[in-house]
Amino acid sequence: MSTLTTNYLAPTGREEAWRFTPLARVGGLLDSAVAVSSVSSIKIVNSENGVKLTVKSVGDQPAISTSDDLATIRAREVVTEVSHIEIAANTQLEQPLLLERTNLTGKPQASRTLITCGANSHGTIILNNSGDAILSDEIEFDLAQGSTLTFVSLQEWSSKAIHLGRQHAVIAKDATFNSIVVTVGGSLVRLLPTVEYSGPGSSADLQGLYFATDGQHLEHRLHVDHNVPNAKSRVNYKGALAGDKAHTVWIGDVYIRSNAEGTDTYELNRNLLLSDGARADSVPNLEIETGEIVGAGHASTTGRFDDEQLFYLSSRGIPAEIARRLVIRGFFAEIVGKIRDEEIENRLMDRIDSELAKVGA
Amino acid sequence: MSTLDIKGLQVSVATEAGFTEILKGVDLTIKSGETHAIMGPNGSGKSTLAYSIAGHPKYTITGGSVTLDGVDVLAMSVDERAKTGLFLAMQYPVEVPGVSVTNFLRTAATAIRGEAPKVRTWVGEVKEAMKSLNMDPNFAERNVNEGFSGGEKKRHEILQLELLKPKFAILDETDSGLDVDALRIVSEGVNRVKGNRDLGIMLITHYTRILRYIKPDFVHVFSGGKIVEAGGPELADKLEEKGYAEYTTA
Repeated sequence: MSTLTTNYLAPTGREEAWRFTPLARVGGLLDSAVAVSSVSSIKIVNSENGVKLTVKSVGDQPAISTSDDLATIRAREVVTEVSHIEIAANTQLEQPLLLERTNLTGKPQASRTLITCGANSHGTIILNNSGDAILSDEIEFDLAQGSTLTFVSLQEWSSKAIHLGRQHAVIAKDATFNSIVVTVGGSLVRLLPTVEYSGPGSSADLQGLYFATDGQHLEHRLHVDHNVPNAKSRVNYKGALAGDKAHTVWIGDVYIRSNAEGTDTYELNRNLLLSDGARADSVPNLEIETGEIVGAGHASTTGRFDDEQLFYLSSRGIPAEIARRLVIRGFFAEIVGKIRDEEIENRLMDRIDSELAKVGA
Repeated sequence: MSTLDIKGLQVSVATEAGFTEILKGVDLTIKSGETHAIMGPNGSGKSTLAYSIAGHPKYTITGGSVTLDGVDVLAMSVDERAKTGLFLAMQYPVEVPGVSVTNFLRTAATAIRGEAPKVRTWVGEVKEAMKSLNMDPNFAERNVNEGFSGGEKKRHEILQLELLKPKFAILDETDSGLDVDALRIVSEGVNRVKGNRDLGIMLITHYTRILRYIKPDFVHVFSGGKIVEAGGPELADKLEEKGYAEYTTA
């Protein structure tokens, strides 16, 4: 247990970074008067050659990046132990490495993890977040030269769970980071999938899917810092909302610094409103300090169900309910298909179907 | 032998200025095995007729009736109309991202037939139908109408016509946007289905070109929201020669 000693300033809700978040629902994670305990919350489900997990004292494993996110700053102050997952250089993971949460109590906790990918290693890691939690969590990724990591973060939390998280990748020369974030569970989830580069020729592909129903607040704030020349980034997040007071927030910040010549970036967010009373906020931001780039673009759409699609399918005899399910499954298929795991794909699609059935959408 | 009976059909559409009447009393009877060409200038209401029969929510029926073998079609939901034997081949088929042609066709066939088709015979059935429409087998893995060329969209419509086995097909400007080769392939597909199953056809078109491939038994001139003249195939020849001028200048 650790108490806070520094001049920590809790957000008021007026800050740009917190203006969409219902601060009354963050479970005390930002309140210096609330005891937040340090937890080593990650466990490996299947062992793979070339992978090891060690729990280190925070003094032996400092953060590899800086953050101005207040939840992350607070978590760093609280956390005493860092879980370090290492993929050795030149390792090729044949199966995805499966991670689960452990030691979560449902009381306010903070956790930090560092995942290092050795030079020219290649692999997929799937983290399954489930159960009850009030968790402030930071995961950093250190991708060495020529490595590739696909990281799948599944938020299938219980309906009470609260999750503030940062998932930050530092990508070296010729390395590729693929992130797939799927958020369907939890009462309040606020995730920051963020990226910076440490060498040219590097690439990030950030894909996401969220589905909010009655009362859920699901927030994803992406930040891509193009701080080196000739790096690439793609962002594609898709969300659906159904039911009263379902709220999603998507912020896509892309920053192209003056030295980042040859940058190639595109970000996209699409939201599908399936019923009244739901609200989707979508804010793409592109800041460009050099014109010497390959391309930079963004798009954001939020719309209702396409009645023409529904009519087309129904006119082929498909009942409206099945037609809606087909269209929504189709909407998400592009993202879910990237996980390349049939079991997870089916589980997610079944969950989406059952959530839809619950809200009668 | 089935009969599709349209009597005194009046249809309006909601606009900012209120309801606008588009169909002003359409009478038409189509029997199995008959091909009726509905020809008329743009904006005459031909497509409204097609979409109203299929049940598009944009259109409000204000009068008249549509029955199939005496059963009220207008009281049915859109999917029920398809199940009862109506098929609309659309002028602008809709893209459905993320839904593969395979999945779509199987879901539709399951709905129409009341049970899932047996996997083994179904795969063969789809392959055979695609082959006869000169469709690449990879087509089945693509998303419904997404990125399809005009010709591919129309072939995909006729593929559904072949697999879903309706009693009556409404072909809405199926010839538009097709080059000569595609027009021939699509027309042969329609003729094959008609020959096999005694299909009744309502062929909506602006041009006489498609009538060289799909021979109509009856030709109806559509103008101002109703049928203004009816005759045999010779009426199409007259239209080819003289156009619609005499029907539009009232």
